[in-house]
Amino acid sequence: MPWKFDDSRPVYLQIMDEVKQRVLTGVYKPGDKLPSVRELALEAAVNPNTMQKALSTLESENFIHSERTSGRFVTDDMTLITALRKEQAESIADEMLSRLKATGMQNDEILMLIKAKLGE
Amino acid sequence: MSILKCVNLSKNYGRHAALSSLDLELPEGKIVGLLGPNGSGKTTLIKLIAGLLTPTCGQLLVCGQPVSVATNSLISYLPERTYLNDWMTVIDILLFFNSFYDDFDMKKATDMLTSLGIKPHDKLKAMSKGTKEKLQLILVMSRKARLYLLDEPIGGVDPAARDYILSTIISSYADNATVLISTHLIGDVEKILDQVIFLQNGVIKLNSDVDTIREEHGKSVDSLFREVFRC
Repeated sequence: MPWKFDDSRPVYLQIMDEVKQRVLTGVYKPGDKLPSVRELALEAAVNPNTMQKALSTLESENFIHSERTSGRFVTDDMTLITALRKEQAESIADEMLSRLKATGMQNDEILMLIKAKLGE
Repeated sequence: MSILKCVNLSKNYGRHAALSSLDLELPEGKIVGLLGPNGSGKTTLIKLIAGLLTPTCGQLLVCGQPVSVATNSLISYLPERTYLNDWMTVIDILLFFNSFYDDFDMKKATDMLTSLGIKPHDKLKAMSKGTKEKLQLILVMSRKARLYLLDEPIGGVDPAARDYILSTIISSYADNATVLISTHLIGDVEKILDQVIFLQNGVIKLNSDVDTIREEHGKSVDSLFREVFRC
């Protein structure tokens, strides 16, 4: 199944997001070896150069690291993964709040709503 | 080293200029889209590179050598229309390619055909358009060439066959090779391209990285194409 990409942003940035997402959801676990560039490119149905660029950029962010002969590995640095999770959760929360406020709800009503949902 | 270099390349058909003073250089290891409306000169450029047409003026180098029989052995060309005969069977065609090209990988071709369920004794005549296109692409991509010229490789096939063709291109080309794909179906090929060239009336209108287009314009190559070539 080719990965889904939208039209507005460079594909390599979207690949980086997808790889990060896979780490957060546990498809790739911390310390896991990643498939090769060519395998990933085929799976995503993108150009191998694009995949290479995405992985190198993730590498420069220390999110993955490569070992000369054995391939690329997901970081096992849990603080990095936790930080990413927090960052993503915050941006989702910001978006959700602004949409809830757009319905005309007040802060205390929103809080009650979320508590009720969590209590379900 | 550049795989392809055009300097001041022009081709006239009588008084009509199909390509005018084209300057272009393609490095190795790239998948490049050659895009443009009908009659913009895409097929003319591809045929010039393949040595099927002679330039009116200008220079054309493939891996540093002028276009000749020697460069033809570096180029694997998929024409817009087939040159294979209808009466041929798959095995006929495979043997034809195998005897014609030193760099033809028989095992690779056979494996790919088997995985598609195309049998050695199937006749070309009995194949659907999609199957024929897949077969020809497999033949062309089973050569170890330096430059692949694919003229409309996904025209007239269904979306599933297109995906198959694109993944065959990605998985087949080597790091030291470059693929030049001409097509109208930009949306479908966009994600496998490194670079695009927009041709209009025989002139290069844009030559850019796909990522740069998305970064600078915030839109896909497909949308940009529609904007540039609005009728």
